[in-house]
Amino acid sequence: MKKMGEIIMANHVESLRKPLVHGNKNLKTVTNDVVGIMDKKPTGLWWIGFIIAASALTLGIVAVSYQIMTGIGTWGLNKTVGWAFDITNFVFWVGIGHAGTLISAILFLFRQKWRTSINRSAEAMTIFAVICAGLFPIIHMGRPWMAYWMFPYPNTRGPLWVNFRSPLAWDVFAIGTYLIISAVFWYIGMIPDLATVRDRAKTKVKKWIFGFLSFGWSGSFRTWHRYETVYGLLAGLAAPLVVSVHTIVSFDFATSAIPGWHTTTFPPYFVAGAVFSGFAMVLTLLIIARKAMRLEEYITVKHIENMTKVIILTGGIVTLSYATEFFMAWYSGNGYEQFVFLNRAMGPFAWAYWIMVGCNLLTPQFFWFKKIRTNMIMVFILSIFINIGMWFERFVIIVTSLHRDFLPSAWAMYKPSYVEIATLIGSFGLFFTLFMLFIRYLPIISIGEVKSVLQFKGRHGGEK
Amino acid sequence: MKKYFVVSFDNEYDLVNATQEFKNSGFTLLDAFTPYAVHGLDKAMGLKPSRLSKICFMFAFIGLTVGLYGQYWISAVNWPINIGGKPWNSMPGFMPIAFETTVLFAGLGTVFTLLWRTGVLPGRKPKIYAPDVTDDRFVIVLTKDLRSFNSEKAEKISTTHSAFDWHEILESE
Repeated sequence: MKKMGEIIMANHVESLRKPLVHGNKNLKTVTNDVVGIMDKKPTGLWWIGFIIAASALTLGIVAVSYQIMTGIGTWGLNKTVGWAFDITNFVFWVGIGHAGTLISAILFLFRQKWRTSINRSAEAMTIFAVICAGLFPIIHMGRPWMAYWMFPYPNTRGPLWVNFRSPLAWDVFAIGTYLIISAVFWYIGMIPDLATVRDRAKTKVKKWIFGFLSFGWSGSFRTWHRYETVYGLLAGLAAPLVVSVHTIVSFDFATSAIPGWHTTTFPPYFVAGAVFSGFAMVLTLLIIARKAMRLEEYITVKHIENMTKVIILTGGIVTLSYATEFFMAWYSGNGYEQFVFLNRAMGPFAWAYWIMVGCNLLTPQFFWFKKIRTNMIMVFILSIFINIGMWFERFVIIVTSLHRDFLPSAWAMYKPSYVEIATLIGSFGLFFTLFMLFIRYLPIISIGEVKSVLQFKGRHGGEK
Repeated sequence: MKKYFVVSFDNEYDLVNATQEFKNSGFTLLDAFTPYAVHGLDKAMGLKPSRLSKICFMFAFIGLTVGLYGQYWISAVNWPINIGGKPWNSMPGFMPIAFETTVLFAGLGTVFTLLWRTGVLPGRKPKIYAPDVTDDRFVIVLTKDLRSFNSEKAEKISTTHSAFDWHEILESE
């Protein structure tokens, strides 16, 4: 029996050759560091971030209220370009929402232990991004108080059900399921940490709140045993889910008969683009969060580097997709398809196309250099370029395919109105406000999971 | 009145080894309390693999059935509408939603079963046998009701595996 313990120990030491967390942490210091953030007063950087985010959110609320009261006419849409800023933002935010589940589910299934420091915040980011995404189709309806019509339910209108052959109805289910499963995955993962906060809480109110939120978690191993099984199952369910969501979003375009949209490469192209943009956003946020919350020893340069490597890979897939689209337009021999792609690169929206190409093709190439990967300021700047590039990718796909359609007499240009721009800024405000509140009031790092990958040191200082 | 023997360790290796020895020496393990899921402890405690994966499959199957049959019933039975000349039963087009309902049912069903089975529910008060188990303490709780409980032996095993604390607790029913 002694032998078995030794084998277990040997396995652990082997799997923990390189510490994933710096600063010689032990179990106690991990608890103190992560829960300590929630006890301390926030840093100045946090306040600056929060105030900017909340102001942007306020602007967005004003814009959306005005739009709902006045109508969709406040947007720059016209008969030819019926989808533009709103759907661009929708696809952009859904894409951002892909990195969190990728980190928490797919990297979990691949046993990538470095994910433990970043999965909690990336999952939170996913949920907030999906909330932002969900807003856009709803406000695009013009009558958002009728949004529940999207769901099939027995009703008094016929009964008139939703059309299950429509990709837009698929979207409702995909995004809805994704939001629910991600939120459940995030919360289940957080219960043990909420119990840690509860057990350390000093005030009565805090004890009560976290006592309620932690569902009476006692650290019982019989519970842990089942919990681990369920965590694995959820990861297994979330992994295909994350692929299905952006696949279905791409069906919104791919199942139409519009040149530029009608492509079979869209699902993998969109999924890769989503991971690409999602990781860029995780980088942007974590570089701020590790600084503002002083978490450099947990979210190390190694974590940032690993994420930039994922960006190189997915950036490569995105580049290949751009090339494939052009090749297929030429090779198909379809004049409309060829026109759309030439119009993209050389038409009136060429500037948007070349911003997209510049940001998404060139930016990831910088990450081949270790000097740049380990320079936080450079990574931060480059990640923002990728965010911009990926926003423009969706804008290019949507607007350039629509604005010159089959009838030249119907050709039109599109220019966003102030209301649309304010709504976009507002969605960023909503996203960052939620994220700022999250890093202040909830355990931003998965305490339990980081502890399980610590290079073990005994309570009394002796190295085991 | 129930009696428990509570042994505390400061690391997972001692905990796993001690658990193994307690088990082999015939002690009744009530439970262990750890700050994170310790790998190998399930084997040491002799826990069977959880049956929740079967529950998950069952819920997934229900979700798939509900998704497929629901869409078929709505589109082809309850109120068929001709949309672009497509067949009323457009099974290939029902696949994406059927997939989503499968995942949704499986995920929610499994989680709710977990919460219900383990009693981790909103408003519950945790049963705490020793402080700091959510922080940095690893605890084994042995049932001490049986007459066969050999305190000396239990203490000896605790000492061998460098437990830093062991004591008895009484719990009223």
